[in-house]
Amino acid sequence: MGSRCKVTIKGLSMSEKIKVDQVKKKFKLKDGQHIKNNGIVSNEVEVLAGVDLSIIKGEFLTVVGPSGCGKSVFLDIIGGLTNATSGTIYLDGKPIDRPTLKTGYVFQQYALFPWRNALSNIEFGLEMQGVPQEERTKIAKKLLSTFGLSDFWDRFPYQLSGGMQQRVAIARALATNPEVLLMDEPFAALDAQTREILQNELLRIWEGTGTTVIFVTHSIDEAIFLADRVAVFTARPGIVKQMIDIDLPRPRDINIRSSPEFANNRHKVWDVLKGEVLKAQKDWELASVYAK
Amino acid sequence: MSGEILSSKDELKSRSVEIGGIVDKFGSLKEINKSLRGLWVVFAFFALWEILPRIGAVDPIFLPTFSETIKTMIDLLISGKLLVHIGASLQRSIIGFGLAVLVGVPLGFLMGWYSKFESYADLFMQSLRNISIFALLPVVLLFFGLGETSKIVIIFYGAVWQILINTISGVKNVDPIFIKAAKSMGVSDGELFKKVILPASMPSIVSGARLGAKIAILVVIAAEMIGAKTGLGFFIQNAQFNFMIPEMYAGILTLAIIGLVINYLLVWFEKKTTSWKGDLDRAILG
Repeated sequence: MGSRCKVTIKGLSMSEKIKVDQVKKKFKLKDGQHIKNNGIVSNEVEVLAGVDLSIIKGEFLTVVGPSGCGKSVFLDIIGGLTNATSGTIYLDGKPIDRPTLKTGYVFQQYALFPWRNALSNIEFGLEMQGVPQEERTKIAKKLLSTFGLSDFWDRFPYQLSGGMQQRVAIARALATNPEVLLMDEPFAALDAQTREILQNELLRIWEGTGTTVIFVTHSIDEAIFLADRVAVFTARPGIVKQMIDIDLPRPRDINIRSSPEFANNRHKVWDVLKGEVLKAQKDWELASVYAK
Repeated sequence: MSGEILSSKDELKSRSVEIGGIVDKFGSLKEINKSLRGLWVVFAFFALWEILPRIGAVDPIFLPTFSETIKTMIDLLISGKLLVHIGASLQRSIIGFGLAVLVGVPLGFLMGWYSKFESYADLFMQSLRNISIFALLPVVLLFFGLGETSKIVIIFYGAVWQILINTISGVKNVDPIFIKAAKSMGVSDGELFKKVILPASMPSIVSGARLGAKIAILVVIAAEMIGAKTGLGFFIQNAQFNFMIPEMYAGILTLAIIGLVINYLLVWFEKKTTSWKGDLDRAILG
């Protein structure tokens, strides 16, 4: 099961990078807290209920699902930052149980170290690997120039706009040359224009690297614009409800958003997602009734 | 399309530079204006101090004029008498404060990071912390006698709590996202401490140290009023006992000046070590 195998998609055989096998995750609530699920009182919340997924080497996979469906936890497990309650995720055939140098992580809140300037933030991962100063500065400077931030190398995070901070954060994640890039709603905190610009930049950079990207988002448009495939998660406890192939040509640019093919894809994703969002909302309503 | 991206980036760059310039200009102007405003009140106080004894509103024997006090102070400084006492007080404060940092910071890290350790130590620490230093003076004298040790112990005790508490809260309030980010980049436990926990909690530790140093300066005077032969506390009390009233006021004024200088030095140090926070710029950039 854990060994490398070939997957067939659209009739093509491609090599599998990540295999997600029946991954479940439960969280224990704090002492005294409990929830009622289908009449059963429990002090545990099930967030992921057996996710099965096969991620192809070099693909851009986006994950959408209603709030609280466990998308972020799913990324954390792939990143080795938390363990699954049961089930396994294999990276290149090996089970993931801790962070590895093969994965880079980009967070919604940027998570740049405020006491380091842009350059030294990007160098962080390399520093941890013991890469000599000269070489890591060279790598970081190159990344800064890729993101058009060469003149800002000595700025501290508070001196940068949100878009620039997230560029630095992406550069930091790419600095160690990861094979898998995990992105947890990286553009959610940005304004609409900056968001579109960064989506374009991300695609442009990704197209040249062959990195496997797993990108969690709330935006259906973003999910479609970026992805080769969209994984739609169910309401909590989350499982993969459906995988949707996005058959839009690459390289993509902003104009593709107004094309009829884009609209078709939007309908496809929304049809699958709609029911789950409603279910999740009922869940919240129920929770607020209990709270009263 | 790439032209579009570039132009918006240039715009961003020039905007942030521009705003930065405005902040700098206004910041320094405002600062100067503010300190000038403060000086007027101080001058008014000195004037009142000069006038009241002269017109007989206050007995000049209990309150010599400001000019006489300043003259006495200068004489004492020139003769070198005052310097001996200033040196003695500073030396005690620095040793007591230094020990407080050496104990408070590592202990604070332990208590902040290992919550189990804290749950054992917290009640004991809170009880100790809430005993007034003045209530402990007799105890310290009993155990350490009248010499230097007892004074340093008192200063240490006064300064250590603020440093300890600020270190604990600094460590506890490290944003978990920094730890998560560092772990995603394969950080080891030792590196996590050195490269993330320590710098992230630095602002809180430094401001704790600033408060601790302030307390050290206050407490040293009290300590020197009991069985000391040097130090500003001794000097002031001794002057009062011998009815050398201008000397007494000169000592108090010296104390005020030293406190002010140390406070500014510490604020400067705090700003320098935590310049990456940039509160002013952040407030304006929103």
